[in-house]
Amino acid sequence: MKTILDKRQLHLTILRLAHQLLENHVDLKDVVFIGLQPRGVQISKLIVESIAKLCPGEKIKYGILDITFYRDDVRRELRIANTTDINFSIEGKIVILIDDVLYTGRTIRAALDALQDFGRPQKVELCVLVDRRFNRELPIQPDYCGKSIDTAFSQKVKIEWDKEEVILY
Amino acid sequence: MQLSTRHLLGIKDLSPEDIALILATASQFKDVLQRPVKKVPSLRDVTIVNLFYENSTRTRISFELAEKRLSADTINFSASASSVSKGETLLDTVNNILSMKVDMVVMRHSASGAPHFLAQHIPAAIVNAGDGINEHPTQALLDAFSIQEKLGTLEGKKIVLIGDIMHSRVALSNIYLLKKMGAEVMVAGPPTLIPKYIREALQVQVEYNLKKALEWCDVANVLRIQLERQNQVLFSSLREYNLAYGVSKKLLDGLDKEIVIMHPGPINRGVEIDSDVADSKQSIILQQVENGVAVRMAVLYLLASKKPDLV
Repeated sequence: MKTILDKRQLHLTILRLAHQLLENHVDLKDVVFIGLQPRGVQISKLIVESIAKLCPGEKIKYGILDITFYRDDVRRELRIANTTDINFSIEGKIVILIDDVLYTGRTIRAALDALQDFGRPQKVELCVLVDRRFNRELPIQPDYCGKSIDTAFSQKVKIEWDKEEVILY
Repeated sequence: MQLSTRHLLGIKDLSPEDIALILATASQFKDVLQRPVKKVPSLRDVTIVNLFYENSTRTRISFELAEKRLSADTINFSASASSVSKGETLLDTVNNILSMKVDMVVMRHSASGAPHFLAQHIPAAIVNAGDGINEHPTQALLDAFSIQEKLGTLEGKKIVLIGDIMHSRVALSNIYLLKKMGAEVMVAGPPTLIPKYIREALQVQVEYNLKKALEWCDVANVLRIQLERQNQVLFSSLREYNLAYGVSKKLLDGLDKEIVIMHPGPINRGVEIDSDVADSKQSIILQQVENGVAVRMAVLYLLASKKPDLV
């Protein structure tokens, strides 16, 4: 077991991602943030909170998306659906998808599919905390990345929220 | 988590965990049905045949919509317009359809146990859409979902099933389900329409006085008088039945609380329930129909992801 990000690094990284997102989108009027269920919810909340602190008074659109019904492996493995909560239109908006770990890219593929059912965004960007860069099974890359790591398929990456650190095991 | 069964033949075979899983999944599907695009691609590689050996409006449309909303391919079969009238057996018909690579069968049949028989002989997953006077599991699930939505929980709630308990598959499925989920169940109706030993066999309360039953309950599920299944005279006339056991506005106004009125449809207006009650604010009859699609989506979704047994 190896710690990839400790508590202090994790919070610095979240702050950096928030700064990078703001740097690219000075005007948040047409930007919406969407965290992916289940494990992208916590991290997306923290990033959006950091952004809210950096621009007080600004109304930030934030939703969560569950992609269970859009997976390509429904018949191999059953996954339990979570809540989707997007109470605004994404038509013509810049959508920032936020997840904890980018691994095979299949979750993001499903998320892109699911997004279509809520409208046609002007642009979709991807922000992840950890990028397992050599494990991709689809041509999907992050636009914002907390930390890039090289891992084997047999390994696992997890954010321990009670200890606030990211571990590889 | 997974369902403990490969088929949905009846509520009898489900565990309380199974039921909770189906209801929780249904509530996610209900959200999907409120979106601008009411469709998800989950079952796009699944083919489902709807085998209806008995007439149906709601159940059939509801299943078909649920299948389409899940992106499954569907085939509709009704016995009256098929080779069944030429004398083909049930098993032959189904095997012929399955040889064209069908993954799931939704079946309604007038013989109790028909889906159980099929389940022993074919590899496809089977969903019972009503078999004779045995069970109608998806109806009970959608009734439970509707009660839960209205009252928050099933546990400890008092539910009375009124009317033709003897011939009603909806009643049997509802009793199994409500008991498993911790609700209190009563059946009410004329003694001729209530099985003699139901109290001992299913641990439900029995009441022959409609007013007393309504005073006791939180929810009244009014069942249809199934004249087509009654082969002897069990009450003197529909008018007399309505006078003694019809749920009327006057009866409900005489209660000191507002109870929830349900009916699985099709309604015989003026027989088991009066029009002004069926159309009142207390009635959740149309919500039941709406929830039916979400509940059936949940059942099909959860069953489709079960791996078939190695044959």
